[in-house]
Amino acid sequence: MQIELGHYLGLSALIFGIGATGFVVRRNVLIQLMCIELMLNSVNLTLVAFNRWRPDNHAGQIFAFFVIAVAAAEAAVGLAIVLSMFRLNKSVHTDQADKLRH
Amino acid sequence: MSVPGMALFLFCAFGALLSAIGTVVVKSPIRAAMCLLTHVIALSGLFLTLHAHLLAALQVLIYAGAVVVLFVFVIMMIGPGVVDTTTSRGLLGKTAAAAMMLILTFALAAALGGLDPARTLLSCGVTPGSDCVSFGSVVGFSMELYVQDLVPFELIGALLTVGIVGAIAVARGRSAEESAAIQARASHAGAMASGAASPANNSGGE
Repeated sequence: MQIELGHYLGLSALIFGIGATGFVVRRNVLIQLMCIELMLNSVNLTLVAFNRWRPDNHAGQIFAFFVIAVAAAEAAVGLAIVLSMFRLNKSVHTDQADKLRH
Repeated sequence: MSVPGMALFLFCAFGALLSAIGTVVVKSPIRAAMCLLTHVIALSGLFLTLHAHLLAALQVLIYAGAVVVLFVFVIMMIGPGVVDTTTSRGLLGKTAAAAMMLILTFALAAALGGLDPARTLLSCGVTPGSDCVSFGSVVGFSMELYVQDLVPFELIGALLTVGIVGAIAVARGRSAEESAAIQARASHAGAMASGAASPANNSGGE
């Protein structure tokens, strides 16, 4: 058996699906943010695997690098929003975040 | 791919899958953060099998060193309120969501992951012409990053600065004087609005 591009792509699709399922099913904001990180990570794996398949340049790796940087910024702002939401609602449950409705 | 490389791939792939499932399934967020940490480290092992050495190091530094630590800090600040005791959606909704996502996943995996001999990955020392010295190394990666993609790199710096300022602005809350000023302004605006509304009503009545 030889490890090919397809193995990496299938693995990253599975991880993306797990992250997407978690984002839909879980009601805890923190865990939903972690699921977003899972999805971003799986996309990074795809980019790096494609870059290994066509190694003429580093375009995929550089793109993955940018995705990592954007994910870090997203986590910082997202967690700040979680903190102020907790201050407002005393809960990190997304069903409690319904201030606009009442 | 060599036998140790294949063993590393299998080990890291199963580790990444199991820890991703763990992140989604476990109840307490601190355990989910630890699963995410395992996932990130397994993924950096996968980057190593893809000959992306610098990216593997960056993955560990940024994700394990910064993002997961940030999650743990926030969990620590929130304290016991972080575990939701309220019941989430029912079993039926959960199953439906999971089934939908699994179907999507397998469609995606089948579309992307079809095995094709034309898509074998280059391996060092076996495939002639595979550039294993500079590919994925600090020199090869950085030459391209700083020569071709300098402008996006600088823009990422600006984005991170804006992100930090925004995070501080959102998370720090309001001091007592600030909330008092906002309160005063709101009540002033309310008085203005009612003062503007009542003469209009009076003139309409007359």
